[in-house]
Amino acid sequence: MNDIAIRAEGLTKNFGPVSAVRDVDLAVYRGEIFGLVGPDGAGKTTIMRMLSGVLPPDAGRIFVDGVDAVADPEGARLRLSYMPQRFGLYEDLTVAENIFFYGEIFSVPRGERIARSGELLEAAGLLPFRRRMAGQLSGGMKQKLGLVCALIHTPRVLLLDEPTTGVDPVSRRDFWAILYNLRESGVTILLSTAYMDEAERCSRLALLHNGEVRRCDTPAGIKKAMPGALLAIISADPRRLREAVSGQPGVLGVLLMGDRLHVRVDDPARRIPELRLLLAGRGVTGAVIQAAEPGIEDVFVALLGEMA
Amino acid sequence: MNLRRTFAMAYKEALQIWRDPRSLAIALLMPLMQLVLLGYGVSLDIKHVPLCVFDQENSQQSRAVVDRFVSSDWFSISHTINRQSGIGYALDRGDCIAALVIPADFSRRLSTVGAAPVQAVFDATDVNTTNVALGYAQGAVAQANAQIAAQWAASQGVLPSLVGQVDLEPSTWFNETLESRNFIIPGVVAVILSLVGAELTSLTISREWERGTMEQLISTPVTPLEVMLGKLTPYFAIGFFDAGFCLVSAVYWFRVPFRGNIGTLLATTALFIVVVLGIGYLISARIRSQLGASQIALLVTMLPATLLSGFTFPLDQMPALVRAISLAVYARYYVTILRSVFLKGSGLYDLWAPLLGLSIYAVAVIWLAARALHKRLD
Repeated sequence: MNDIAIRAEGLTKNFGPVSAVRDVDLAVYRGEIFGLVGPDGAGKTTIMRMLSGVLPPDAGRIFVDGVDAVADPEGARLRLSYMPQRFGLYEDLTVAENIFFYGEIFSVPRGERIARSGELLEAAGLLPFRRRMAGQLSGGMKQKLGLVCALIHTPRVLLLDEPTTGVDPVSRRDFWAILYNLRESGVTILLSTAYMDEAERCSRLALLHNGEVRRCDTPAGIKKAMPGALLAIISADPRRLREAVSGQPGVLGVLLMGDRLHVRVDDPARRIPELRLLLAGRGVTGAVIQAAEPGIEDVFVALLGEMA
Repeated sequence: MNLRRTFAMAYKEALQIWRDPRSLAIALLMPLMQLVLLGYGVSLDIKHVPLCVFDQENSQQSRAVVDRFVSSDWFSISHTINRQSGIGYALDRGDCIAALVIPADFSRRLSTVGAAPVQAVFDATDVNTTNVALGYAQGAVAQANAQIAAQWAASQGVLPSLVGQVDLEPSTWFNETLESRNFIIPGVVAVILSLVGAELTSLTISREWERGTMEQLISTPVTPLEVMLGKLTPYFAIGFFDAGFCLVSAVYWFRVPFRGNIGTLLATTALFIVVVLGIGYLISARIRSQLGASQIALLVTMLPATLLSGFTFPLDQMPALVRAISLAVYARYYVTILRSVFLKGSGLYDLWAPLLGLSIYAVAVIWLAARALHKRLD
């Protein structure tokens, strides 16, 4: 299919006896911001590395922008940009020198490089720091510089491995603003993240667990797939509530979310009165029980709990 | 191969070297330090061997013999003693390496019998020094004999030239003054370049792995050949600068005679630097930690270059097996070339054998190094 920018079929990778990625199929459409979501050790980085061509898969096929990346990795590399989880630029080179280097490595014409790096630095808020050593930048600025270097050759496909981990909220906002602009210009973005609020910003998501894709859908579609219904109980002491509610009949899962408790139940019409009675019996007063919209995290925890 | 990417690699690497104190120290200070240490520390010349003299006669004739020992720079009298047992003490304490004993009836026996023994005792713990000192002693005695014969001839009214004598007139070529420095300094240059070159490049790839920059680099279209050529270019310039520094010091500071052709010297030196840098690069591509790579580079270059290159220990005196092993020590070819170019003024044609050895090495090392980097993480 021509409108698929990244396709993976039966992607598998083992590290000795540990199977890190098992038979993963992915299809990322052109112009998507596609998110790989999962806990640490789910296989996000391994998948990213295989897609970017730095780690050969044990089995499976990868197509980047129509190019078979396993058979012709160099052809695929011309079309993609990969930003590893760990800062991959030269800390002893300045911002401008790093951009120059990656521009030359991708043979970007001089005029285009200057124009593009100006735009990108502007968008990233890095213009005043052009002469600063990359190692002297803050975490957020480093990630934005990584993005600038990754974009200097106008790739068709952008692979970002946990690009905003350890990045302050303001830099994250800048970062996403750049990503949205890129999507407008037709770049396909595949990113991995452990942040659920970021997952909600993606056009589609793949939920990963133990090296397998557990669900792949739009954020809305994934939320609909949550088994049961979600209730939020707001109270002064949600920790105590959790102990009271856990294990009650009809309660499928309990998740502490700050000042509230998310309780997943099989049948809300029947369970809400039961829970009210339970809380009254335990002497909990002033607790509000209401139906809630599930977030990705609720769904994720629910789905994982179901598999376990 | 894409020249732009190669230049980008070279420029980036040059910036990094310029900003890395450790690389700069290896590039600039290490050659200087080693030149001083090895240039002055390693000398095979044995002069002023401390001699203890027990002259029991102390006559004009016995003193003439002692004079023969000290008139050259070979021996210098550490002290004179007057008891036989003093020799034992002096040798035990290490005050002297040789002792000369002249008997009380030295001149009497000389005039009556026509021959008189003198005794020389050596501390043979250091065999090498003893052998040289023994040679010096025999030379001194031969000179004394010639002198005595001439005196006898004169006293008999015979022309000294009519007294039958065979004179050896030795003629030492290429290193006329027999200065071991002339022989050692070219070897020192080879040892320094082997070590510095391999140490420099041994860090270049492992640094990228350690700092996490390799993962991003290998996701780009840059090829292993471009990485190698780009990275080696600035190191080649440094290596050539270091070679120039060492060679100029050899000629103008250590006063080693230079009789060869500058072009020959530069061409062979360039070839050697390519080999040395390639070895370091190979190690670097295989060992992913900087420390490990640096240690291995030290091990594989320093020991063979000092022991098996003929730099101090003559290769043709070694057992056949060791000599065969030394064929694999690339430094030996450069040591041979440097000595020949410096002292004999040899041209490329005379040097075909070591040049062939070095060329085979260069081709093999670069061929391997160009393939050493695998653009994959596992």
